[in-house]
Amino acid sequence: MRTIFYIVQKEFLQIFRNKMMLPIIFVIPVVQLLVLSYAVTFEIKVIKLTITDNDNSVTSRKLLSHFKASSVYQIVESGNGSNAGMNMLQKGNAHQMLVILPGFEKALMLGQPAKIQIVIDAVNGSAAALMNVYTVSIINDFNKEILTEFNPDAGLPVNLTWSFWFNPELDYKTLMVPGILVLLVTIIGMFLSGMNIVREKELGTIEQINVTPIKKHQFIAGKLLPFWIIALFELAFGLLLARLVFDIPILGNIFLIFLVASVYLLVIMGLGVFVSTITHTQQQSMFLSWFILVIFILMSGLFTPVESMPLWARNLNFINPIAYFISIIRMIMLKGSEIQNIIESLLILTVYGVLILSLSVWRYKKTN
Amino acid sequence: MINENSKNYVIEVEGLVKKFGSFVANDNLSFFVEKGEIFGFLGANGAGKTTTIKILCGLLQPTSGKIRVAGCDVYTQTEAIKRQIGYMSQRFSLYEDLTINENFRFYGGIYGMNKAAIREKAEMMLEQLQLSDFKNSLISTLPLGIKQKLSFSIAIMHSPQIVFLDEPTGGVDPITRRQFWEMIYETAASGITVFATTHYMDEAEYCDRISIMVDGRIEAMDTPQNLKNQYQAIDMNEVFLKLARKAM
Repeated sequence: MRTIFYIVQKEFLQIFRNKMMLPIIFVIPVVQLLVLSYAVTFEIKVIKLTITDNDNSVTSRKLLSHFKASSVYQIVESGNGSNAGMNMLQKGNAHQMLVILPGFEKALMLGQPAKIQIVIDAVNGSAAALMNVYTVSIINDFNKEILTEFNPDAGLPVNLTWSFWFNPELDYKTLMVPGILVLLVTIIGMFLSGMNIVREKELGTIEQINVTPIKKHQFIAGKLLPFWIIALFELAFGLLLARLVFDIPILGNIFLIFLVASVYLLVIMGLGVFVSTITHTQQQSMFLSWFILVIFILMSGLFTPVESMPLWARNLNFINPIAYFISIIRMIMLKGSEIQNIIESLLILTVYGVLILSLSVWRYKKTN
Repeated sequence: MINENSKNYVIEVEGLVKKFGSFVANDNLSFFVEKGEIFGFLGANGAGKTTTIKILCGLLQPTSGKIRVAGCDVYTQTEAIKRQIGYMSQRFSLYEDLTINENFRFYGGIYGMNKAAIREKAEMMLEQLQLSDFKNSLISTLPLGIKQKLSFSIAIMHSPQIVFLDEPTGGVDPITRRQFWEMIYETAASGITVFATTHYMDEAEYCDRISIMVDGRIEAMDTPQNLKNQYQAIDMNEVFLKLARKAM
């Protein structure tokens, strides 16, 4: 124990003597939370719509007024000519084009199908799907209106009302912020701890350590403990920001979050140390860590739902610690989940942590 | 027991071989070092000196040979050896971003010394080096010569049986080198065996006994005086040149 204490003491001295360290600890969480949670969003706030109304009737203008009344749609003028609307889409000046064909009103009056044409810029597929949903819902409203207008006695077959649970305002930030807190502790845990050991290799001081009677597990524990503490502090700081600045609910037990984070950090730091045992320079270590992290982050469900991934990808997430923690922290913060709801993932993380740390201690060689 | 008189030997090496792939870095080395001796391990760059020293310190696994350091076997008792030795590597190995005192505290601590013992030892050593006023200076602010003397002090602060010095005076000015060897004499006088590599032949004269390595083999081993007589040379430099030429 005393040996570990002396290593921890030395590490803390070195960490805080490094002038970059304090800015890293306090600036990274603020920047990540502010930038990512506001900027990285799939919500569509404005759809630029260009309209060509070839019917120019009372009914067609009624349809247009539905689009104009929507807070999402912004009508842009396309000018004259049959290709004007197309050109707008081509140049990116409009996202969507609506063409009402001649005879629109007349067809409706006669009870025949009336046709309109919608063209959507689908370079970003999920954005296009979302625009389609908005359009369909506006046209449904319009349909209901003309149906009751032409045939006031008929009721509507199914009356739909709905409510969204756990994130009633469908606020994207509520989804993102817990995940970004995970990224935060991940970066501190993996990069800083892994690079730290490689740095001793680069400087040559590791050789001096290796001729001392220090035990391998003592060295690794002493190296990791400071970053484990710093990362948990980061999480506390991030949770405070999330609560005060973003008003993100923390429904579940905050100590449960820290319990999971403590276990999760063992996995992440274990990976960091493992990388440092198979690399010789900070550059190599950085590259390899980054490679692993990018895959884990993109597959974790932070940005895209895990449920929509192919089966093999979901299976791959079995070894993705980030996916476990993101799902757990969302459950605890947003749904108020208790320990029995997450116990399975927590156990997997525990086993994972023990395995990877043992592997790292085994892989770290005092004698070549 | 490898040798009849092994109770006096703190380093016993018989038939040490170390290969890296097909390259033989240490070719069948045998030597014995007595307690309290200053043993000079000489050779040109790349002769295999550092490889041997790393094997003796437990940093490298030998390919074959019987090797005991401080009475412990290098294959099975590496960790026991590490408690009995000090090592100053070729590369400078104090923490540049820690102060002198913090380096003493860290290394003393991981060798299991208690706080009072660390403080006492550090104060005494800094007194001798006339560095007491700089105990709170960062290592990075000190000149190389002083850093090397500090490295040496830290390598012996836990009073090991043997201290291994790998080119301790590389890149250091002649006055500092002289002071460094005075430190080595004092250390040996206190009963710590000194095993030093160097390629400065004038330093070889300061050793009790030397071995000269050429291309992974020990070509000669004796006291400096005997070697000069044997090779009819006026100084160690000439002995070395005669041996090295023989190798070519």
